[in-house]
Amino acid sequence: MTDLDFENWTCPLPLRDTPSIVMGHGGGGAMSAELVEHLFLPGFGAAAATGLGDSAVVTAGGARLAISTDSFVVKPMFFPGGSIGDLAVNGTVNDLAMSGATPLYLSTAFILQEGTALSELARIAEAMGAAATAAGVRLVTGDTKVVDSGSGDGVYINTTGLGVVADGVDIAAHRAAPGDAVLISGDIGVHGVAVMSCREGLEFGTAVRSDTAPLHGLVAAMIATGADLHALRDPTRGGVSASLNEIARAARVGVDLVERDLPVPPGVRDACSLLGLDPMQVANEGKLLAFVPAAQAGDVLAAMRAHPHGEDACRIGTVVSEHPGMVVARTALGGTRVINLPIGEQLPRIC
Amino acid sequence: MKYLDEFSNPDLARRLLDEIHATATRPWAMMEVCGGQTHSIIRHGIDQLLPEGIEMIHGPGCPVCVTPLEIIDRALAIAAQPGVIFCSFGDMLRVPGSGRDLFGVKSAGADVRVVYSPLDALTIARENPDRQVVFFGIGFETTAPANAMTVYQAKRLGVTNFSLLVSHVLVPPAIAAIMESPRCRVQAFLAAGHVCSVMGTGEYPPLAEKYRVPIVVTGFEPLDILEGIRQTVIQLESGRHELQNAYPRAVRAEGNLPAVAMLRDVFEVTDRTWRGIGMIPDSGWRLSPRYRDFDAELRFDVGGVTACESELCRSGEVLQGLLKPNECAAFGKQCTPRNPLGATMVSSEGACAAYYAYRRLDLVQL
Repeated sequence: MTDLDFENWTCPLPLRDTPSIVMGHGGGGAMSAELVEHLFLPGFGAAAATGLGDSAVVTAGGARLAISTDSFVVKPMFFPGGSIGDLAVNGTVNDLAMSGATPLYLSTAFILQEGTALSELARIAEAMGAAATAAGVRLVTGDTKVVDSGSGDGVYINTTGLGVVADGVDIAAHRAAPGDAVLISGDIGVHGVAVMSCREGLEFGTAVRSDTAPLHGLVAAMIATGADLHALRDPTRGGVSASLNEIARAARVGVDLVERDLPVPPGVRDACSLLGLDPMQVANEGKLLAFVPAAQAGDVLAAMRAHPHGEDACRIGTVVSEHPGMVVARTALGGTRVINLPIGEQLPRIC
Repeated sequence: MKYLDEFSNPDLARRLLDEIHATATRPWAMMEVCGGQTHSIIRHGIDQLLPEGIEMIHGPGCPVCVTPLEIIDRALAIAAQPGVIFCSFGDMLRVPGSGRDLFGVKSAGADVRVVYSPLDALTIARENPDRQVVFFGIGFETTAPANAMTVYQAKRLGVTNFSLLVSHVLVPPAIAAIMESPRCRVQAFLAAGHVCSVMGTGEYPPLAEKYRVPIVVTGFEPLDILEGIRQTVIQLESGRHELQNAYPRAVRAEGNLPAVAMLRDVFEVTDRTWRGIGMIPDSGWRLSPRYRDFDAELRFDVGGVTACESELCRSGEVLQGLLKPNECAAFGKQCTPRNPLGATMVSSEGACAAYYAYRRLDLVQL
């Protein structure tokens, strides 16, 4: 029996406990990561780039290009503050923005279930157009497929984005370093609670609206301070927990959080308390986490707060050399707890 | 919900902790009965802040953890049958049966749905009259009233395609079983506040008297738990063994009378097997003869389903407070939330999962 090694703990047998895809493989947590590591990367072989992250920066014709792709399968398709159309544009725009890119072009691909109302599809298309206009990106190519009734579930959208990265910008998870300040651009858990509030069988009244928004303008304002932004991440599936853990592991550093500094709005906290969910694991669609040298954190925070998508930005923690690969929160009462990478789907508690 | 904030106030918590430290003159071992309390204690780091001699023993009060393996296996067998819509609360989906879990059955094509209320399952049954809809009715006295109400409504509305797979368990017989164990180290109990909000507190004074243990009804916010511990320590130090209610904002002595009346109509007391512990006489509920037609175990032929527990898993000893989660040889090695051997590693209220989630720092070399 070997000693516990949580930093380098990997599944000894690839995907050993399930012979087929389960919902958790799409949850953005450990199961998603293992699917990539143990199935996709070996399958792709030499053709695969390392890691297969949310976005990649490549060089073509002398230009530094960022490329990202994302699929959207949200239920319900319309929710307080937005729709699957908004997410399909902003989600990919934000994946590009997290590598410091200026997003330029998006492709749009639709998989439609037979029987979907054209009126709904039109609302989604209009939302995508409005979001693209607001984000300053062009929708340049697309595709449409239809599947039998029963083979799909309404509307699935894939968008692939292309952007340019300025010389000198080097933002990557592995660059997070001890001493960095960890910043968040505003309230957490808002999007996930907004979607859950109108999910079938769970409808509850809330003033919480999705925070879906394009973040490349906020990132540009942060870059303009001249600060050396080490790492950025938009904490979507798996929430802040997943993003912090991913960066801690990629950079082999520890992250110390002060739990009471996490901006959890009352509506999110109450909904999570009711359902037995952790706000840190709930999805966001218009927030970013930033790892910046502590000496530059004040300038970056000031720039974030001057931007409409960063008005409530604050510092939530510090990168440390201790407990590499782990995220540890100091509780309000003075104890500590480990913030784990979520496994799969968050499951509402029974009572 | 500003009201709740006050029950997490760090300054007030410090005052309670100071009083606990000043009161405790020797080691005491107390059991928090409810998994929700375990979760809160570990999540807020409360046990790190108590005097060294105050040991919190984690009790069997996680409904997911104690649901017997054969019931999980029967749930899997029912869910896999064609034409069935199997409805469950979310955290039951990852509980391992002898082989797979409900997620695995769903992945193989079964219609398994997460609902947030048993009444939602009844609605699904009314919307799908050609399908059999089954709700997985597990838990303590806390979740039982809603399940009872659902069966009552199904009968009243004549919904014949709805049934309940029942595995309800009761707290007082479990307290008695723990105290009867020759290995018992428990000197006091923090009783489960939400259970008492339904059932009242009348069942507890006889237990306190018979076993000579303080029993303090306790809530779930940090200050609730600290106040429960404070009252317990004061009783222990003064040699008293009484029932006290440290959760008066939610618990009345008589409980919730309409809920209790509904429970007595729909359910009857039965022997029940607890996962990891074994059979405890008169420790559960099953549907009463008036509602037996809604019993999924009778409606589906799954009586022959037998169970096979992992030999490595010692969750039974954990549930009885005989073993700390990290004292189990499989903890963090063969058994993790990613690949749980037992239910205590699955449920967010399970002691093993709480230790794994919030205590790994104790286990790594810094």
